[in-house]
Amino acid sequence: MNLLTSINMALRNIRANKTRAFLTMLGIIIGVSSVIVLVAIGQGSSKSVADSVNSLGTNLITVNIMNTDTPYTMDDIGQVQKVYGVKSISPVLTGRVTVQNGSTSTQVALTGTNADYLTTRQLSVGDGRFISTIDDQYRQKEVVLGSQVAQTLFGSASPVNQSVLINGNRYNVIGVLNTKGGSMGQSSDQSVFIPFSTAQRLLQTTHITQFYAQADNQQDVNIAMAGIQRAVGQVYSNTDDYTVINQQDVMNAMDSVTQTMTMLLGGIAGISLLVGGIGIMNIMFVSVTERTREIGIRKAIGAKRRDILLQFLIESTVLSMIGGLCGVAIGLLAGWIYTTVTGGLAVYSITVIVFAFLFSALIGIIFGVFPANKASKLSPIEALRFE
Amino acid sequence: MTETMISLKKIEKTYKMGQNTVHALDHVSLSIEEGDFVSIVGPSGSGKSTLMNTMGCLDHPDSGEYVLGGSHVDSLKDWQLADIRNQKIGFIFQNFNLLGKLTALENVELPLIYRGTKAKERREQAMASLAQVGIEERAEHLPNQLSGGQQQRVAIARALVGQPSILLADEPTGALDSRTSEEIMDLLIALNKEGRTIILITHDLHVARKAKRTVSISDGKLYEGEHVL
Ligand SMILES: Nc1ncnc2c1ncn2[C@@H]1O[C@H](COP(=O)(O)OP(=O)(O)OP(=O)(O)O)[C@@H](O)[C@H]1O
Ligand SMILES: [Mg+2]
Repeated sequence: MNLLTSINMALRNIRANKTRAFLTMLGIIIGVSSVIVLVAIGQGSSKSVADSVNSLGTNLITVNIMNTDTPYTMDDIGQVQKVYGVKSISPVLTGRVTVQNGSTSTQVALTGTNADYLTTRQLSVGDGRFISTIDDQYRQKEVVLGSQVAQTLFGSASPVNQSVLINGNRYNVIGVLNTKGGSMGQSSDQSVFIPFSTAQRLLQTTHITQFYAQADNQQDVNIAMAGIQRAVGQVYSNTDDYTVINQQDVMNAMDSVTQTMTMLLGGIAGISLLVGGIGIMNIMFVSVTERTREIGIRKAIGAKRRDILLQFLIESTVLSMIGGLCGVAIGLLAGWIYTTVTGGLAVYSITVIVFAFLFSALIGIIFGVFPANKASKLSPIEALRFE
Repeated sequence: MTETMISLKKIEKTYKMGQNTVHALDHVSLSIEEGDFVSIVGPSGSGKSTLMNTMGCLDHPDSGEYVLGGSHVDSLKDWQLADIRNQKIGFIFQNFNLLGKLTALENVELPLIYRGTKAKERREQAMASLAQVGIEERAEHLPNQLSGGQQQRVAIARALVGQPSILLADEPTGALDSRTSEEIMDLLIALNKEGRTIILITHDLHVARKAKRTVSISDGKLYEGEHVL
């Protein structure tokens, strides 16, 4: 008996029992579609994290000072500036402040920094100018607004040369940044920037707790990092007092988190695929019992063990493959709904889709083997006698 | 000269049901020539079907020797027996045993499917077989859309389609009224005239007498003629 005839026969049998076939396939459909959707969402969020980390530039090095007893000074920063491979360096002071224009006010993140910050963080000014070295030296009460802050406070009007109140103090708006996009909750679009020295007074701290350094290029990141580590190490002997990390480290950490998440989601979906397979096996066993007489008749007119085995195996495989196809379709549809409703990112991987589909076919074969084997082993005479 | 088609020697088959054993076949010896038309009669439970299933290679005897068309059946493997059922034997059952989800034509095609005949030839041969039993216009009907007599004709067409040398019919008229039985018997007689060996099980002596030869079974023992009746 050739394969095409067998597949035809299987399709007929499935069509003759549509409701049951659908219920049988449901497990596979849910399994395959959830594998596809969950992995797509997992990889989507992984990609959006990677994108936002990348938007900071891969040459960025972040130094955090944890020791509050020995202050890190601007002189020390000057030492770091001399390190080979370091292009620019920006100390930062951060805090949350209330910014007010007339009757509208908003809570935003404030960053006190220097003129190099623009280069260090790869930002650009859309309107007006950024903080200058002189502003910093003379502790000017000037502020650069993130694009979203400008939008909130001034609407479509240009804020440049206007003034705002930051925690009640009047500041001159000297510029507005271009939109940059999110980077893990601290988007420059939702921040305001003032000169470092001004921020020291506003936030009432003299300590530098964090600074950014931009390496000359990708190749020099590690050399620059080592140099910075040495420079900071001269101030603090205890390595617990500071951390020096680059974007690659952050990305790797994020990657491993999202990878674990993706694997977890995929695993859960895989289990539902397995459960779907057991459902198929269950129904196939019922089907074998129900069709004992048919098996007897087929054997009486010349079907071999192999023919019967193939018939049931093909039926379960076709069943699970149809389920797999439906699952792929529903998975893609569900992913589309997810992206349109939540605005999140779903990254489909052809490998995962093909794998999920093939896995469903494999499950049909594996879980079809036992019932098919049982069917093929029936003695023709007993099968014919079966009522 | 005719050749021996079926040769049974001292065939035994017993069933153990708890304490008591049933001798379904008790040292049965029987020889059937090619082209013969043999009817087997006997009371219910005497072992007729067991004998027929043995001859049809559906069931293995416990002991004894069975030679079918020159080959020793006892030594054959499962797949070889399947080939014999497919090529040398055509079964006709009392309850027709058609597959309910397949049309008449598809039912008739089944033996050819297991033989590996190509779709086009299969269709042609199956149609020819349906025409032979006079039911070709019902080819696309499902069994439950046919009368009992029509279903049995389809079953006969299925038995005939592979050109087997032997037709085994286990009470083929048992479920039919007398007029339809008559028609089916006429069909079998015509097939026998064409040279096919036919073995027929029946309760009905009237039916049995239409065969060339009658044997009877009682309690698993075989007798020539209408012995017990
Ligand atoms: N699978 C089985 N298990 C136990 N006993 C069986 C089995 N098959 C047949 N028998 C017994 O063997 C004997 C012969 O059965 P068989 O079916 O050959 O009778 P039969 O002559 O065809 O009867 P009927 O005319 O009613 O069809 C019966 O006593 C029956 O109970
Ligand atoms: Mg019987």
